Amino acid sequence: MKVRVLESAYIEQELFAAIQSISFNPDPDIKFCLQKALDNETSPLAKDILMCMLQNLKAAATDRIPLCQDTGSLVVFADIGCKLQILGDSLPIIVNNALRRATSELYLRASMLKDPLFSRINTGDNTPAFFHCRINPGDSLKLKIAQKGGGAENMSRLKMFTPAASEADIIDFVVETVLLAGAKACPPLVIGVGIGGNFETSAIMAKEALLQPLLMHNQDLNYANLEEKMLKAVNNTGIGVQGMGGNYTAFAVHILEQPCHIASLPVAVNLQCHSHRHISIEL
Amino acid sequence: MNIQKLVLPLSLQDISQLKQGDKALLTGILLTARDAAHKRLAECISNKQELPFDLRESTIFYCGPSPTPDGKICGAVGPTTSSRMDKWTPLLLEHGLRAMIGKGERSEAVQNEIRRMGSIYFVAVGGISAYLTRHIVSCETYLWEELGTEAIYRLRVVDFPVYVSIV
Ligand code: SF4
Repeated sequence: MKVRVLESAYIEQELFAAIQSISFNPDPDIKFCLQKALDNETSPLAKDILMCMLQNLKAAATDRIPLCQDTGSLVVFADIGCKLQILGDSLPIIVNNALRRATSELYLRASMLKDPLFSRINTGDNTPAFFHCRINPGDSLKLKIAQKGGGAENMSRLKMFTPAASEADIIDFVVETVLLAGAKACPPLVIGVGIGGNFETSAIMAKEALLQPLLMHNQDLNYANLEEKMLKAVNNTGIGVQGMGGNYTAFAVHILEQPCHIASLPVAVNLQCHSHRHISIEL
Repeated sequence: MNIQKLVLPLSLQDISQLKQGDKALLTGILLTARDAAHKRLAECISNKQELPFDLRESTIFYCGPSPTPDGKICGAVGPTTSSRMDKWTPLLLEHGLRAMIGKGERSEAVQNEIRRMGSIYFVAVGGISAYLTRHIVSCETYLWEELGTEAIYRLRVVDFPVYVSIV
């Protein structure tokens, strides 16, 4: 078997560049969505805020000041080809090395604690990252990288529905999650929904759903329609930009689905703010 | 939308002229404080120690800035979720806290106390830090440096944009 080799230093450099890029530039379609909302929104307050959000995109890129002071925890999904060998450090170590360097060199905020309950002492360099890894055919390394802020993450929810639940029940759960979040999750939102799988994989799917291109839909027509219905229901709540009212509570809903047990129907909803910082790279 | 330029610290008179939904452009000093700093302030009060600053002249900004890059005035600033501070806010209001800036809703108890004390709660827009940072002219660590981003920072701001939420 022919094996492709990548040096860990090279991967670390590419990860550093990716973190640098998303610290100052969100998903490229966010600008389009903000502009469209500004054109269509009728509430003067919402329009004023949308204008500030658009100016922020420019200010961050020009001044090299992060888009948001919460530069997040780093989330990385790695798809590793089985014909790929990494020389040097292992991938989780490479990820944390890149993160440590980015936090210091780019002046990002250290927001990670060593212990969640008792000492709550900051690690000082924003490590460790949250790392998910899959082995695939092929010889490439695909990385999806996100900076995830605490505000929107805190308002995310998971529910173990039973097979008796209808499509409407699941839409209601998503809407309820958005209502509970109000302004705390910094709308306009991007909403990731994981349907099926089990307890833990539904949440991981909801997170990974956020990392798709912003304007992409589910490949399955049923789920694509459900995404549309959820988006409409969420935008009918009237929460609006930063909870100030209006028609734009969310820009997109992304669903990922998985097989599940006959007794189960897990649904996880991961909220993401308008500071939608993620990127995908392939090495 | 009504837009008002205001100089900090706010007087009770300034506050009485503001209405929910007004935009205010603030000029003066903001003190940042999030969960850890609130906990310490509350401890000072319950231990009957003197508070490190006069709450009646203070505008507290619920914010943990990112570090200041070399050669810049300040790192990224922006509001964090205010309701996490609800636990300590009535105590600070009781001791005269004049104004707060954060994001999101407040508990009913806090809303009532804000109105009863003639204080005010503004919301700033979350996720527009680079834009907000352009309105900062100086930034220094003021208290409890060991808390890192959760320390109290003293920010001098000019025309810092916020919206009246509870008054
Ligand atoms: S929810 Fe997002 S935009 Fe709001 S403060 Fe947190 S990271 Fe920033």
